[in-house]
Amino acid sequence: MNQAGKLLFLCLFLIFCGMVLHAATQSPENVTGTETGHEAASFDAGKYVVEHVSDAHEWHIVTFGKTHVSIPLPILLYSKTSGLHLFLSSRFQHGHSAYKGFAIATEGQEEGKIVEVNDAGEIIGKPFDLSITKTVAGALISAVILVLILLAVARSAVKSRGKAPSGLQNLIEPVILFVRDEIAIPAIGKKNHERFLPILLSLFFIILINNLFGLIPVFPLGANVTGNISVTLVLALITFFITTFSGNKHYWKEIFNPDVPWWMKFPVPLMPFVEFFGMFTKPFVLMVRLFANMMAGHLIITVFVSLIFIFGNLFGSAGGLLISPVSVLFSVFIMILDILVSFIQAYVFTLLSALYFGMATVEHH
Amino acid sequence: MTTLFVLLAEVALASFGAAIGAGMATIGAAMGIGRIGQSAMEAIARQPESSGDIRSTMIISAALIEGVAFFAVITCILVIFLGEN
Repeated sequence: MNQAGKLLFLCLFLIFCGMVLHAATQSPENVTGTETGHEAASFDAGKYVVEHVSDAHEWHIVTFGKTHVSIPLPILLYSKTSGLHLFLSSRFQHGHSAYKGFAIATEGQEEGKIVEVNDAGEIIGKPFDLSITKTVAGALISAVILVLILLAVARSAVKSRGKAPSGLQNLIEPVILFVRDEIAIPAIGKKNHERFLPILLSLFFIILINNLFGLIPVFPLGANVTGNISVTLVLALITFFITTFSGNKHYWKEIFNPDVPWWMKFPVPLMPFVEFFGMFTKPFVLMVRLFANMMAGHLIITVFVSLIFIFGNLFGSAGGLLISPVSVLFSVFIMILDILVSFIQAYVFTLLSALYFGMATVEHH
Repeated sequence: MTTLFVLLAEVALASFGAAIGAGMATIGAAMGIGRIGQSAMEAIARQPESSGDIRSTMIISAALIEGVAFFAVITCILVIFLGEN
């Protein structure tokens, strides 16, 4: 443990030194504004921050001065006029050129999205966009890693039946037992919990692994998967559909004919309305809670790092140098807090899903 | 005086409202979670052996309240990006 602690400290210290050096060499010549390159005239903090937390058609790794090092991702489009198209996003050259009648719109309502253009450059339509973007690639990578980990644990659990667990099983099995004993059984009851245990375990591990991988800024990890509202929407929809389709008669009776005084149900069905909307708001809040927590964490980290560049622009490289220790320390602190938040958010999402499943299948007492 | 107010309305009323709203949401969340922490600490002081149960309940309640606060923040962000034409 001491060795690992020393190694971790050395790595963090080297990263810190690297960041300080980078900020120090960031000269305020960017303020001239006469370059027509990829850089903006001066540091545009808003654009920088939003770029770092949103989706993109390429996986950006580093930028050395003027050269961007990024991995182009495949773009899959279906257009009603010209059919299916599959190509790499490097054809767009970071949004500067059109390819086969498609381009990335740089302004207007469709900014940042792929649109169909004619030869004059005017937008004539929008194709059906099924591209592998950074979020999709990140989700696929964590899915592959999850499958590898969990299948290995399953295999070793079968092999060491009756003996002490070994290897990765030691790490994952307590978590699985935790989900079963502290989340599934208290919320759903001993009789029905096995039916829902696979989906609860899947939700817990998917959210936890994607949250944690979003914090590691090294390729191939580091895509902001759970900070994307489409991803959390799908997770909440899974909970919603399972709750709705496994609701027994008692569940529907509680929604449309609850045990309340008669004047709340007739002539104006107040309580049924409230319960019916509650059916939709509960998964909606699940979606927004996970999305907002993860997005806020990434946003704060990016804002603290961009503080260095803002100060560098305002006060010259000395300002950037002075603010770097504060900035880096805050970023590291927020990252550690975000690890805790990742665990808590995975736990809360799974717990609330289990509660909704339990409410849907409760027996009439 | 009225022209001054009309000018103010033209300028950035949506952003102004959104920023104030986000601040108020923070106040509400901080007060709520502060109360949870207070009662959790008092309960643990009364009965130290139930500190594990109390700790997990406190974390769950704090996460749920934070969810509502983030809901308000998301609404404010939407107002900034979609308000003012």
